[in-house]
Amino acid sequence: MSGSGQTATSRSSPRVWIRALLWTLAESIVAILVAVVLGGIGIFLFSGLLPNHSAFDLGLPVAAYGALWSGAVTYPRGVGSTLAYSTPLILAGLGVGLGFKAGLFNIGGRGQFLMGTIGALAVVTLFGNSLPGFATIAIALVVAAIFGGFAGFIPGALKATSGAHEVVTTIMLNYVFVFVTYWAISGPLRLPRSPQAVTVDVGTRGAALGTTSFFGVDIFGPNAHWGVWLAVAAIPLVWFLLYRTTLGFEIRAAGANSDAARYAGMKTRQLVVLTMSLAGALCGLAGGTTLLGVVHQIAPGYDTTIGFDAITVALLGRSNPIGIALAGLLLGGMRAGSQSMQISPGVPGELVDALQAIILLFLVINMLRRLRLRRHAEGPTEASAEPYGLGAVATEAAQ
Amino acid sequence: MSGIPGALDAIPILGIVFQLIGYVLDNLQYVSSTTVAVAVPITLAALCGVMCERSGVVNIGLEGIMLTAAFVGWFVAAEAATSMGAGTPSPYFGITAPLLIGVAAAIVAGMLVSLLHAWLSISLRIDQIISGTIINIGAAGITGYMYSLISGQSLVGAGQFQAFQPPAGVVNIPVVGWLINAVLNQGPVGLVTIVIVIILQVMLFRSRWGLRTRASGEHPRAAETVGIDVVWLRYRNVVASGALAALGGVWLSMEQTGNFNAGMTQGRGFIGLAAMIVGRWTPLGAFGAALLFASVTGLSQSLTISQPTGDLGNLINGVPGEFWEALPYIITIVVLAGLIGRSIAPAADGQPYERESAS
Repeated sequence: MSGSGQTATSRSSPRVWIRALLWTLAESIVAILVAVVLGGIGIFLFSGLLPNHSAFDLGLPVAAYGALWSGAVTYPRGVGSTLAYSTPLILAGLGVGLGFKAGLFNIGGRGQFLMGTIGALAVVTLFGNSLPGFATIAIALVVAAIFGGFAGFIPGALKATSGAHEVVTTIMLNYVFVFVTYWAISGPLRLPRSPQAVTVDVGTRGAALGTTSFFGVDIFGPNAHWGVWLAVAAIPLVWFLLYRTTLGFEIRAAGANSDAARYAGMKTRQLVVLTMSLAGALCGLAGGTTLLGVVHQIAPGYDTTIGFDAITVALLGRSNPIGIALAGLLLGGMRAGSQSMQISPGVPGELVDALQAIILLFLVINMLRRLRLRRHAEGPTEASAEPYGLGAVATEAAQ
Repeated sequence: MSGIPGALDAIPILGIVFQLIGYVLDNLQYVSSTTVAVAVPITLAALCGVMCERSGVVNIGLEGIMLTAAFVGWFVAAEAATSMGAGTPSPYFGITAPLLIGVAAAIVAGMLVSLLHAWLSISLRIDQIISGTIINIGAAGITGYMYSLISGQSLVGAGQFQAFQPPAGVVNIPVVGWLINAVLNQGPVGLVTIVIVIILQVMLFRSRWGLRTRASGEHPRAAETVGIDVVWLRYRNVVASGALAALGGVWLSMEQTGNFNAGMTQGRGFIGLAAMIVGRWTPLGAFGAALLFASVTGLSQSLTISQPTGDLGNLINGVPGEFWEALPYIITIVVLAGLIGRSIAPAADGQPYERESAS
């Protein structure tokens, strides 16, 4: 892999390691700044299309970004909703990042998230009346992870047995799971005797996740929920799994070079199935916490954009659990802020999706430039036609 | 078929199979022309994929290219219609000047997005799946943003293309009349697609361009040694194929409907990708796979609209309607998993190519 030479050197000297970290941060910040500037130009150019705004209104980008910022960071409301948005992004981002480490591109986050939602909802619907709240929540979250894990297991098993590429199968399965969700909400999980097709409100069964209180003090206000602690706990757990266990080593080895890993005696097919299941479980957990902590009650048509958001988070975080946490907070903040931006100057919230793509674009271009500069310094190598992407992201994060 | 089942009902499964066949035969002429129509955008996406991947570039940005083209085509046509007037539709296909301007704009937009993918994946040698993902996220975000902005303005679209009506004499030909009608009863994009499938199939396997394309997808280094400019060829293929995916977008926003909706491609680009694999990276095969997907879609729609009677009806009523909607996707997965191993990608597919330098 292109970065393997650097891995060895950076291990040896902390100065090189710190320099690599600073470079990584600088690249991310440059990419974000470029996206903000380009997004601002976009808002400026099309401001005439908004009602009550003149064409080419220079004040509009400023107002929009101001609303975005205050919607994301004012205490406690903004911070609370940033954390609420970040929780599923971090959980699903960890799942997608785990796949990247193993060389798997999991676009099935959407379906896995929805299956997790359905799993948690089924538990609350079935046992919510007979069990105490905390027990319902615990079982619901476990079942959410199992359902999500099953949704990830299918493409993993298909890849291991038939070689069907996970990019295509996960996307096809997303549509299947969307229909499964639709069926579950309008059929077995529908609230009986209700005029509209809605499910049970988890709050009425005592299964809603409470606010993040600390010794009786409500830290992050009403918008946040304690599911955020799950995300906080998952970060070191995934880090430990990846860097301090045999399984994690095998996952990283299979991602860096699948053939070499197989020669070394690793069961790469089982690794694919296991990694996809774990990734699905994390995405399912994201769905479960979102149901119990934020939406509480869902209706047919319930959907999510988590699939591609989690890919952005994992790429931006270089598949590293700590990087993913930071990227999840950034994207969560953008999502939280886009709500207030949409209300007050009226700039559509889809801006965040466009910003996401621009950030990724310039991030990849920046990383590439650095890798190429380094290679020039080292002289030509054999593997010079390797793509700079998943592999580069994975090896770099492995440092 | 209604006379036969009495005897066959004694063997339940066989009876149901025969009833299904009977139902399909009865409804074929109603289902068939929508089936071909549903297959059109999937085929166009798959053809774009075939052109890219045969030359060695994986393109999962098909969805984004289609969505961009669908938006740009619709928007430019609508703007043209408001500034120069809608014009009278011509008797053939209901063509108007704004619609044609929209199509041209859509094709240019699709080729520009493809150019971005080509630059990222061929020149910069970024992982091609990441490049495609960036295009998909960006296209969804930017078209969604623009659509939200415009939706406040109640912009009226420029209308849509009309389907060709085959003459009654042809439709009424016994046995094959309905089939001819199904193929020909399409709008301009649909008819052009069928022509493109045939041309591309011949070109890919019988022309110099096709040989060079396949060579640079299988063994770019060998292709370069016999004087083929692999980088330039891949650029040309990726950018030109963007026009095909763009036509798929045009079909969505200007032929099937006269409107644009956020995220209206609904995964057709990805289904096209699956059709390309199932069709073994050939234009005709991809068209066949798209037709398979579309006919399952058409059949499942028909099953929910006009329900069959008897055992078959009972069986279908017992299964939730969502299952029939999910069935085309399930069948795609099953076919995909069953065919892999026998459906082999071009050897250098997805691998960036770097010229051997003299130094």
